[in-house]
Formats: sequence, structure tokens, C-alpha cells
Amino acid sequence: MTTNLETARHPETLKRVCIEPLTRVEGHGKVTLLLDEDNHVKQARLHIVEFRGFEKFIQGRPYWELPVLVQRLCGICPVSHHLAAAKACDHLIGVDRLTPTAEKVRRLMHLGQVLQSHALHFFHLSSPDLLFGIDDAVAHRNIVGVIRDHPEIAMQGVLLRKFGQEVIRVTSGKRVHGTGALPGGVNKNVSLEERDLLRADIDRILDWAEKGVQLVKRIILTHPDFHYRFATVDANTLSLVAPDGGFELYDGGLRARDPQGETLFDHVDDQGYAELIHEEIKPWSYMKFPFIVALGPEKGWYRVGPLARVNNCERFHTPLAEQERQDFAAAGEGRPLQAALATHWARMIELLHCAEAIRELLADPDLQGTDLRRDGRLHTTGIGVLEAPRGTLFHHYEIDPDGLVTRANLIVSTTNNNQAMNESIRRVAADDLDGQELTEPLLNRIEVAIRAYDPCLSCATHALGKMPLELELLDADGHRVGRLVRDSDGSVAS
Amino acid sequence: MNKTFTLDGREIHFETGQTIMDAALAAGVYIPHLCHNPEFAPHGSCRVCVVDIGGRQVSACTAAASEGLQVDSSSEAIQATRRAILQMLFVEGNHVCPACEKSGACQLQAVAYYTGMLAPHFTHFFPRRPVDASHPDVVIDFNRCILCELCVRASRDHDGKRVFAISGRGLESHLVIDSPSGLLGDSSFAAGDKAAHVCPTGAILPKGRGYETPIGERLYDREPINIIGDVRAHEEEVV
Repeated sequence: MTTNLETARHPETLKRVCIEPLTRVEGHGKVTLLLDEDNHVKQARLHIVEFRGFEKFIQGRPYWELPVLVQRLCGICPVSHHLAAAKACDHLIGVDRLTPTAEKVRRLMHLGQVLQSHALHFFHLSSPDLLFGIDDAVAHRNIVGVIRDHPEIAMQGVLLRKFGQEVIRVTSGKRVHGTGALPGGVNKNVSLEERDLLRADIDRILDWAEKGVQLVKRIILTHPDFHYRFATVDANTLSLVAPDGGFELYDGGLRARDPQGETLFDHVDDQGYAELIHEEIKPWSYMKFPFIVALGPEKGWYRVGPLARVNNCERFHTPLAEQERQDFAAAGEGRPLQAALATHWARMIELLHCAEAIRELLADPDLQGTDLRRDGRLHTTGIGVLEAPRGTLFHHYEIDPDGLVTRANLIVSTTNNNQAMNESIRRVAADDLDGQELTEPLLNRIEVAIRAYDPCLSCATHALGKMPLELELLDADGHRVGRLVRDSDGSVAS
Repeated sequence: MNKTFTLDGREIHFETGQTIMDAALAAGVYIPHLCHNPEFAPHGSCRVCVVDIGGRQVSACTAAASEGLQVDSSSEAIQATRRAILQMLFVEGNHVCPACEKSGACQLQAVAYYTGMLAPHFTHFFPRRPVDASHPDVVIDFNRCILCELCVRASRDHDGKRVFAISGRGLESHLVIDSPSGLLGDSSFAAGDKAAHVCPTGAILPKGRGYETPIGERLYDREPINIIGDVRAHEEEVV
């Protein structure tokens, strides 16, 4: 599963090509390629150049601030952080079951979030590559080009996202960075007026969501050889699933499968995640590398997000998405689809599911209930896990008896996909770039591979104080004359 | 006999002994303020209620009303002075409105909006201040303290406890708690004390109840502070 392009043997003798900034992704990152004189790729790495610090600076803050404070990690998927933190806080205050109204309002908020995020990614960020081809002229290969050439598709993308944002506003008070979820519940229900506002648009949204799935399916199946080959890497998969093995975004058991689809673990209580997943730190990246403990860091890396979720689940409980999932599963011919570009297909199936599930929830009178919050007894550890748009998201907090945070660990979706993204760009480097004179369209292929994962690089670099550094002093001939290493615990050795 | 002074061109009646602030509030005219609370003796420390009387800038909460005064409370020059004072208050502490549970019902935030302060101007001090959550019912976040001394006055003058005091001088001034450990949990403070309910910012709050009021329904989501008034007047709604 793993290529050998992570670290070149003699980097000092190679020429360096840097793709910076990465475009049409959330946050800031870069890719470096090291090439020999014949343009053979010897090293390819995705670097995240942002630096945050949430895990550190929330220490000492009261636990009930977490859902509102930590969501500021991100402006695209704040609801995911808001809800993961709220789920962790539920455990902190000893509430293991929300009121029906609270759970359904949170689920509605989350569905709106996934819908808007997927719409943003597919229509605004990735559709130029898919509609125009990845070698299209850079001046045309963007959202403005989509608006000009496919105004109807562009408009649908904008309005799909707007609808998702409205769902978030109705459930949390604001389109971005609201306050709906509290430890043990929510602060508001959905009034009849708010429900009717959303209902007025939902059939049109559902229609556009269906069209979106057909569009991406048509694109992929028109050139299956390319789409199934490009940036494809065999990966383990991780996601939450419902108790019946069905698709689940808000709350479920952890399921991991190997590249052939064989189960590694299933229906594991998310409170035990720390025994299943560890994180490796590498000196060249601010982003950590999670892996399944039982398989070790070399073989235990995995993929999360739409591709993993649709591969991992046995069914959608909504009929239209389930029908599309069956087509998707058939394309894998008995094996999980591993093609990075199939992520777009899976993403749009999920968007369709969100639209269906929102329509279903809007008919539920529990949304207008007034029993919003439960209380319990304070605990010192709280873990919240859910499926964010980009994949499985872990929030883990520890507090002191007074209720102040003493420790936090966040494993965000993009971090979970770190090695998978790196492997995908190495696959592209080896297949498409190796030995070639590099051109802009060729370099865009690297970005297309990364974009398929819809990484959120701002979310992924939240740690502080754990960054190991390696400093080498080389003489003019490239020979090492000195070396200093700072370990993740801060100790320095030569 | 009716005595009057002029506030922004409007005639304001007053009784002997009233301050400009007392008379203005009684007449329903808003002068922005933070450390002033009519239940306690005027303090004049926050300076946000600054007004101009014949070219002299004074705090309306401590200046006695007198016959025939011409008081300017709304000129751009006065508002600019207030904004500068607020700008300094915001950078001296750590006021993170986007994540603060008091946001939307915070008098400091509301006064800033009223005077037209929409973003920080000066360099942040970023002081390192702890949160004291040792009390079972109330948390004190020193990051949000603006040294208005309302809790000091309430504890001393109403509760008869003297739980709070200001220690240090100048930039070193800070709120301290009268207990062997310096922690609130070891003091005689109780959630029912008046001092627990007078903070104009989010420095003294009940534990575990943040964000209970949805966005759109918070005190200053509904009306600006010059219409709806101080937090203390709506205490039951905002706590």
C-alpha cells in the first residue's frame, strides 16, 4: 500500500519543485517534489504550513465553552467541531441520552452542515476539474469558468450551499459559528415558521442533489479507466456506522476495513478510540499521521470521508441515496472502490442522502418539542466522535473537578487522511509526472488528487508544542557536518 | 421649583444632589456607562460616561447637575473619546467576543457597539490571567475584568462581606479575593450575593449555563443598549 517516495536518500543532490499555495482547498498547504536530473520523482510530500494551537489554548477554559470556542477551528465545517465538542461535553456532564428534540435538532444541524460543505466542495472547488478536464487552461479551470459555461450547474451549487447554511442558521442562530448545541442538549427547537421556511425549498434541493449525483456519475463512468486509475491507492477505511451497519453521520460505532473490504474492527464504542488509533509525528509536517494500532504506523494508515463511508456502510436508510449506493458498490465489482476521484461520486451520494434525511426530519414533530436539555453528574473525561464532511472527527477532553480543561486531543478528518493524501500524490508523481518536463497542467494533477479528499488544512493543524524538528547542517558538497533533533516532548539531542 | 440643565440641546430636570447621570437616566436619556450602577455610590472609574461641559471633560456619573449647565454627550468628539477608552479596555484584558458566553448580553460589548467601536485598534496586551472555577456555583474569568469595582462595591456595601478588592497600582491593578488561598471557593462568597449579579461583562458568571439563550433572543440582539438599558435591569433574563 505504501510507496517509497516519502523520503529521498540524497535530497541534497535533487532539484526541488514546490506547488504553493495549493489552490481550491480549504486552508494553506504546499507540495514539494524532489526530482533528479532526468525528472524522475524521488520524493513527494504534502506539507501543511498553517500553525494553530487550539489543543493548548483551550487548557484552563471552562468545559461548557468548548462547543462554541472550538468550532472556531474552521469556517467551513464549524458545526462538526461544535457538535463533536457538544457530544464530548454530554459525556463530561454524564448525559448519555439526549431528549428526542435535542438529538433531532442536532442531527438536522449536522445534515445541513454536510450538505453545504459538500456542495461548496463539489461545485465551487472541484467541478472545474471534472467538467473541463484536469489539463484545461488554468484561466478557465475555475468557478468563474463554470459560471460562464454551465450557469445552471453553478447556480444549483450556490443555492444548495445556501440551503444548508439556512438549516444551520435555523438550528444554531447563525449561518457560521452559532451556539445551538449545549452540554446535554440544545438551546432552541425548530419553530413551525422555521420548519416551513426550509420545507418550502426542500423538494427543489432534493431534485438538484439528484442531478448532482447523475452529473458526477456520468463524468466518472464516461472515462472509467482514467478515473479509477488516477491517484488511486489501496487504503484501509474508517468510519462510523449505525447499529445495523447502515450509513451514519452523527452517532454510531467505529468500523474499519482493509483494502479488500475485510473487517478489521466493527461497532466499536467510540469512547475507546484511543486504544484503536494512535498518531505518529514526522519532522517534516505540522500534521500528525494517525494509524490503526493493531496494524502499526507502516500499514495502519487509513482513509476517512465520503469514499470510506460509502464503501464501509451496508445501506442508506433513505431510498434515493441507497439506490445510488448500489450503483457505486457495483462499480467496485465486489471490492471497495479505492479510486481517489470516486470520492466525488461518494460525496454527491452523501449530499443526496442529506437532502432526503432533512426532508424526513422536517416532518418530525419532535423538532418543535420544548424538552431541550438534560443534566447529570460531572465526569473528568469526555469523548465526542462524529462523521464530519471530510471524515471521522474525534474530540477528547479531560477536565479538573472544577470543570476546567486540563487536556485536549483533537483528531480531525483531514489529519486522518494525511497518509492517504500523501500516498495519492506519490501515485500521481510516479504515474503522471515521473520523467516528464513539468508543466502547469501536470502539476495541477497533484492538486486534483489532494482536492478529491477535500482537505481542510486549517482544521488539521490544531496542535501546539508537539512539533518535532530536525536541523541538519550540510557543507558545500552536501555532506552532513551537524545535526540537532527536537523530539515531540521538547527534548533536544544531537 | 424645577431646576434644569441642557443635555445635547434637550432640557433635563433635576433634583438637588443628583448627578448628570442620575438626572439623564431619570429623564430616559442614555449616557453610556460601565462602572455606574444606580444602586451603588458613583465611582467614576471607567470614564465611559465622559461628557463635555464648557470645554471640560467630566464623568457624568460623578458630576453634580446644576442649573443652566450645557452638557454635550453625543458630539463626535465625545464619542471618539469614549471609543478610545473602550479600545483600551478591550486590549488590556482578553475579551474574545466570538467565543464568550456573555456575548449578546454583555454591557461592554453593547456600549462598544453603541459608540461605533467595531474592531480593536490598539495592540493587545494578551495578559496571562487564570480562570477561577473553584466555587461550586460561580466562575470568575479574570480575563474579562475591567476593574469597574461593581463586585467590590456590591460585596462591601450590599452583602457586607468584602469578598473582592483591587490590588496593585496602574497597569498592575487586579481583582483579588479575600480568602486564605485567594480562590473564590475558599471565600464567603455565595451565588445569591449581590456581587454575583452586577458584573457588566462576563467576568462573574454562573457555572455551566453559558449560551442558554439562542442567538437572536439575547438581550442586545433585540434592542441596542440605549433603548433597552443595562444588563442589571434584565438580570433574570440574561443570567
